[in-house]
Amino acid sequence: MRHFPIIVIGGGHAGVEAACVAARMGLHVALVTMDATKIGAMSCNPAIGGLGKGHLVREVDAFDGLLGIAADAGAIHYRMLNRSKGSAVWGPRVQADRRLFGAAVRERVASEPTLKVIEGEVAGLRIEGGKVRGVSLADGMQLACDAAVLCTGTFLGGVLFRGEERFEGGRIAEGAAARLAGQLRDASLPLARLKTGTPPRLDGRTIDWARLAVQPSDPDEWTMSPLSKERVNPQVFCAMTRTNGRVHEIIRANLSRSPLYSGAIDAQGPRYCPSIEDKIDRFGDRDGHQIFLEPEGLDTPLVYPNGISTSLPVDVQEAFLRAIEGLEQVRVAEPGYAVEYDHVDPRSLDRSLQMKDLEGLYCAGQINGTTGYEEAAAQGLVAGLHAACRIAGRDEPGLDRANSYMAVMVDDLTLHGVSEPYRMLTARAEYRLRLRANNASSRLTPLAIQAGCVSEGRRRRFEAREEAREALQLALGRERSPSEMRMLAFAATDDAGRQPLGDWTRYPGIDLPRLAEAGLVPRETEHGLHSEVAEDLHYAPYVARHEAELKELRANEKIALKPDFPFHEVPGLSNEMVERLSRTQPQSLAQAGRVPGITPAALAALLVHARKHVAAA
Amino acid sequence: MSGAGSGRALNVLAGRLPNPRQASLRQIRDPQAGWLDEALVLWFPGPNSATGEDCAEIHCHGGRAVIRAIESSLSSLGLRQAEPGEFTRRAFLNGRMDLLEAEALGDMLSAETELQRAVLASSAKGHASAEVAHWREAVLSASAAVEQELDFSDDDQDGIAPRPGWRSEARRVADEMAAWLAVPPAERLREGLRVVLAGPPNSGKSSLFNAILDEAAAIVSPIAGTTRDAIERPVAIGGVPFLLVDTAGLRDEGADEIERIGISRAGQELARADVVLWLGPEGEGPTGAIEVASMIDAPAWQAKGEGSLAVSAVTGEGLPRLMGRLSEVGRDRLPKPGQVAVSRRQKERLQTARLQLLEAAQVEDLLIAGEALRQARHALDAMLGTVGTEDMLDSLFGRFCIGK
Repeated sequence: MRHFPIIVIGGGHAGVEAACVAARMGLHVALVTMDATKIGAMSCNPAIGGLGKGHLVREVDAFDGLLGIAADAGAIHYRMLNRSKGSAVWGPRVQADRRLFGAAVRERVASEPTLKVIEGEVAGLRIEGGKVRGVSLADGMQLACDAAVLCTGTFLGGVLFRGEERFEGGRIAEGAAARLAGQLRDASLPLARLKTGTPPRLDGRTIDWARLAVQPSDPDEWTMSPLSKERVNPQVFCAMTRTNGRVHEIIRANLSRSPLYSGAIDAQGPRYCPSIEDKIDRFGDRDGHQIFLEPEGLDTPLVYPNGISTSLPVDVQEAFLRAIEGLEQVRVAEPGYAVEYDHVDPRSLDRSLQMKDLEGLYCAGQINGTTGYEEAAAQGLVAGLHAACRIAGRDEPGLDRANSYMAVMVDDLTLHGVSEPYRMLTARAEYRLRLRANNASSRLTPLAIQAGCVSEGRRRRFEAREEAREALQLALGRERSPSEMRMLAFAATDDAGRQPLGDWTRYPGIDLPRLAEAGLVPRETEHGLHSEVAEDLHYAPYVARHEAELKELRANEKIALKPDFPFHEVPGLSNEMVERLSRTQPQSLAQAGRVPGITPAALAALLVHARKHVAAA
Repeated sequence: MSGAGSGRALNVLAGRLPNPRQASLRQIRDPQAGWLDEALVLWFPGPNSATGEDCAEIHCHGGRAVIRAIESSLSSLGLRQAEPGEFTRRAFLNGRMDLLEAEALGDMLSAETELQRAVLASSAKGHASAEVAHWREAVLSASAAVEQELDFSDDDQDGIAPRPGWRSEARRVADEMAAWLAVPPAERLREGLRVVLAGPPNSGKSSLFNAILDEAAAIVSPIAGTTRDAIERPVAIGGVPFLLVDTAGLRDEGADEIERIGISRAGQELARADVVLWLGPEGEGPTGAIEVASMIDAPAWQAKGEGSLAVSAVTGEGLPRLMGRLSEVGRDRLPKPGQVAVSRRQKERLQTARLQLLEAAQVEDLLIAGEALRQARHALDAMLGTVGTEDMLDSLFGRFCIGK
């Protein structure tokens, strides 16, 4: 029987990140997938990034993950969302050519020497003595492992719905992982069902583009990954159109034929990505909903209409589509559908995404109830990284809510669970001002380097950037008097006083590019360094207010609560608090503080007890 | 004091740091208010201190006025009052507490509960919590409005009208908070309204003080300048609690050093007074003072104008009217039944919430507004209890859908 330290089940966005990060750290990894050609497939929207999601992409990239680089390899349209607002909420987003993206992912997977792709369906996990020991494939092959990472996405018990039709599958034309789902259910893993939807795919040759408003790619040359030197593909335009009263009439008249409304699906769907049926039902007073028409690739006529997810019957889909401006003659290449699937309750996972009650089993991606490739990729990275660290005996990287959106997501999932598909939003991060999409590598690559998952090339690039940053910070620390500033043709009044150059940038007309031109600070050799440092300066006073909070957060994170912590023994906790804490099983004092309803006084009581236990051990 | 700023604070107040762990005598001076006290100070640079951080101690004279003055100085140097159990907590965080001392934390926790119970008992309990909860909802709603603008891309013209009303709503809530902040702190209920007797030397302050107290608490002597200190006495008049404060006679010249200290303290007391009984020449007292013509038994007494009170500490004439006026004022100025009086610590949090709300309402950058609202929420949470970000998202998504 072949043995791999880590077996990753599923070759989606979570699976490839998990497998590759462990491989980068030198471990032997098997990636089991039902169809190797579908590795790197984009199930729904051919877009990567966006508000909140873009942050995750950059964070995964900071750990030398695949998503950012693959996104750049396939990008045919770049757009920085929220550009009119503060940079901490900018959302870098690209639309990618599916083929090019998939090829880039497969290439990277193939380039990892210790990563082996095995094609097959996992029929079950081999569990002995409360630990995962290996997996069994449907064709009878047995594999042994020290850890398994489940990244099955929507394939677990997946059922597809379209109007009155229903068929098993995780994605259209692909089988569902029914056997594995069965085993997990039998093993009484906490499972629930969620749903997600996808819009129809349209034939772009039948769209009347000339009548529609266009949105070109962003002119300035930013990329998803700082390691991508430039944009490599020709860029395409998107177009915009809207639904209208007639569309809404057609949909309303047919709501009873939608699986959601007919009761065939009663699973919860995402609030933030509702189907068009949902939108019309909930926001009935709107006279039109926006639709973005996104080309799926450079040499395919397929277009993805963003904003009209649906599981209405095929004939209804065609009818309402043709009532939309620009789509009067449209041909549907593939109708939209809804998927209902099993997911694991992420409260049963710990912060490394390992099952609390089943050692060696990690879960990452949509299987945990999240939605989005970016969320999946980030979880895959976290799970793979932690599994590899545990097996290799290395220290786990110190990710927390104050240094990464990844940690915010994992913390939210494992502490609160999901009642609907979880999607990243900047509002979820209380330290949002620190966590900007453009400072992800500064924040996280040092941790990644320490964990040993970063390639030479990236490490060297990072170190070069850090040198440039230090030089810049040094220059910004030098003080100048108002008269000196005036001599250099900057407007400066005497009452400003002598201050460091960094403080001078608060004044109008004084910014880093101009300081560089005047020779006061080094010119920008690293792309984006000036804007990153300028933002640091801008937000510094607000970020400083976090310091006290953060010190305490980090100190409290270090106070570990062991798995069977006897909450009932702690004096001063109400019955309700004891119940909540026992159910959630927070792993640190800081996490305990985030359990709803726990007061500061209760936390202090916990602290006393936690210390007692550590000392007694 | 504990924390990184302790050394600097001690330095400023005591002139120079003493040798570590050696009690030293120092003159405690506030840069504005001047000399405060002569005290023993101790300096414990971390990590070998009670909390593991830099610690400083000022062992001053036990008079409440002195303590308050020093606290006030420290506050203006950026220090804040410790939360209940906070020293212990920090000691824990820095690994300085052993198991036995830790049990003491339990006691401190009870202390907080006791205080809260006392505070809540003297105001309508349900009302106070409900009001804070209502503000919290308002802040949450404002946060939701801000987040809606932030987490919705500029592209998304899906008819989501931004809610500009949140700024004026925030300002309105800040005003409501100001009303609470204007109410004297709950401690006032226990300590009483501060009534300060002030006036030039020998104007009869101490006699009147004693008369009001009906006991000889202060030393009375015909020689001007005998009362060197501020003397405080709690007293009840007409069911209303007061803190009666006698002060040194105010005069500009002819004072020796000790008297000048007394005069300076009197000045501080006047600054902190809730009510001033002015026994000096009419109009020369602080604005808003109650004019009192004292010693009306003496042959050459001067009457004062409209609204003033005439008393004799010797004969007792006019005293009932004075006491009556005081209890009227007291009932007016202390929290009324149904009003909410919060503790000083709660007031600090409320003030933080209010200032953050005002900042959010006026700042352009939505990110900073969002952050200010988060801080406001934090402060209100500290008054009520902890809640996470999911609540705000619930508030937001209950109404809208996010695109892309």
